[in-house]
Amino acid sequence: MTHDATGHGSTATRESAPAGAPAWRLLATLGGAGALAGLLIVLTWQWTTPPIEAHRALVLQQAIAEVLRHPARWDTLYLEGDQLVRQPSVGADVARLEKAWLGFDANGIRLGVAVTAGEPGFADVVSLIFAWDPDSRRLLAMKVIGSKETPGLGDRIEKDSAFVSQFRGPSLPLKGVKAASGADPAEVDVITGATISSRTVIRAINAAVARWQPRIEAFDREGRP
Amino acid sequence: MSAPASVDMAAPLKLEPGGFDDLMRGLWRENPVLVQMLGLCPTLAVTNTVANSLAMGLATLFVLVCSSILVSSLRRLIPAEVRIASFILIIATFVTIADMALEATVPDIHKALGAFIALIVVNCLILSRQEAFASRNGVRRSAMDALGMGTGFTLVLLVMGSLRELLGSGSLLAVPVLGTGFEPWVIMVLPPGGFLALGVILLAQSWWQARRIPANGRGT
Repeated sequence: MTHDATGHGSTATRESAPAGAPAWRLLATLGGAGALAGLLIVLTWQWTTPPIEAHRALVLQQAIAEVLRHPARWDTLYLEGDQLVRQPSVGADVARLEKAWLGFDANGIRLGVAVTAGEPGFADVVSLIFAWDPDSRRLLAMKVIGSKETPGLGDRIEKDSAFVSQFRGPSLPLKGVKAASGADPAEVDVITGATISSRTVIRAINAAVARWQPRIEAFDREGRP
Repeated sequence: MSAPASVDMAAPLKLEPGGFDDLMRGLWRENPVLVQMLGLCPTLAVTNTVANSLAMGLATLFVLVCSSILVSSLRRLIPAEVRIASFILIIATFVTIADMALEATVPDIHKALGAFIALIVVNCLILSRQEAFASRNGVRRSAMDALGMGTGFTLVLLVMGSLRELLGSGSLLAVPVLGTGFEPWVIMVLPPGGFLALGVILLAQSWWQARRIPANGRGT
């Protein structure tokens, strides 16, 4: 609440008001404006959060289906501590748990596991989702879901189909090379002019596989008949 | 409300009290980008496609109009000592609202604009209109001024976006228009292309202004 009881500072003479406003008025003005700003932002946040969350969930669902090569169905595993579980314990904040998605074909054969990964790139973090087959240790597919890499150069890790299609089938861990010989199934050609961005993708996938492979193997030993 | 009449008489330059002149001023004569050279950062950075330019222009227009209306209606309550802080607070609030609304309604464009939506807060164009106009004039005139400046800004961004997308990608609004025989000038969608396009537009505007002066016998 602000009050204009002091009388000075009215109409166009504001700039030339001889005496400064008292401190309580400055505090009241900024406090009132801050409270009003907070109220407006909270109202907008309440209005916009459902569509934003819904869109993010939709994008993620599409990305999971894409990197698992359109499985018949997929299961979600949750990482609690260092254990992968099908059902998170009661009271756990499901949204904050790391997740892995197991994709199955129509006969119930496991196609692979999808996880998300992030790694600092040329500009900000490159976040991506990829799927691999933990049994054969081959990559199924990769999709960049968020990056601020240079338009026209670094963003080719997302938009250059020749680069993206190389992530269908190579063995892990990946090796980023310039001009792949074709002899090594782990080789991935980095993009000329976007070497840092390309290597970021490769590094993110290798690091995530190294982290998730033991967990999946432990889950297989304990969780599956 | 002690002496409004004398204040009005001391300002004979204000042509039309209705606000039409306030509206038109921002479109060309005092265009924020071409004449005042304000808001150049988003003008250069996010105009690589028509859709991005339009979204950035409209977001800035929204923030400018809302801020000007609020600042002009609160101008007698805001002490001079904290006016800049209050203006920034008001501007930042509307930028946050625009940011959330864009993400909720057009998520792809929101993603493409990235950090530049949040950076509308520090767009000199908006703060300068609050300090130079909205804090000294009534709500109606301030709204008209903001509408004119915001529209002028949006139009320049649209020209930039059209030029850069056409030459850099061979398309307009993501629809290919130049055919397969056209080799896109990739530099036009990269940062240097922004400087090139702005330079050409400023050149054209200066040439037009210079040509007009002898034609009708008065400068601008």
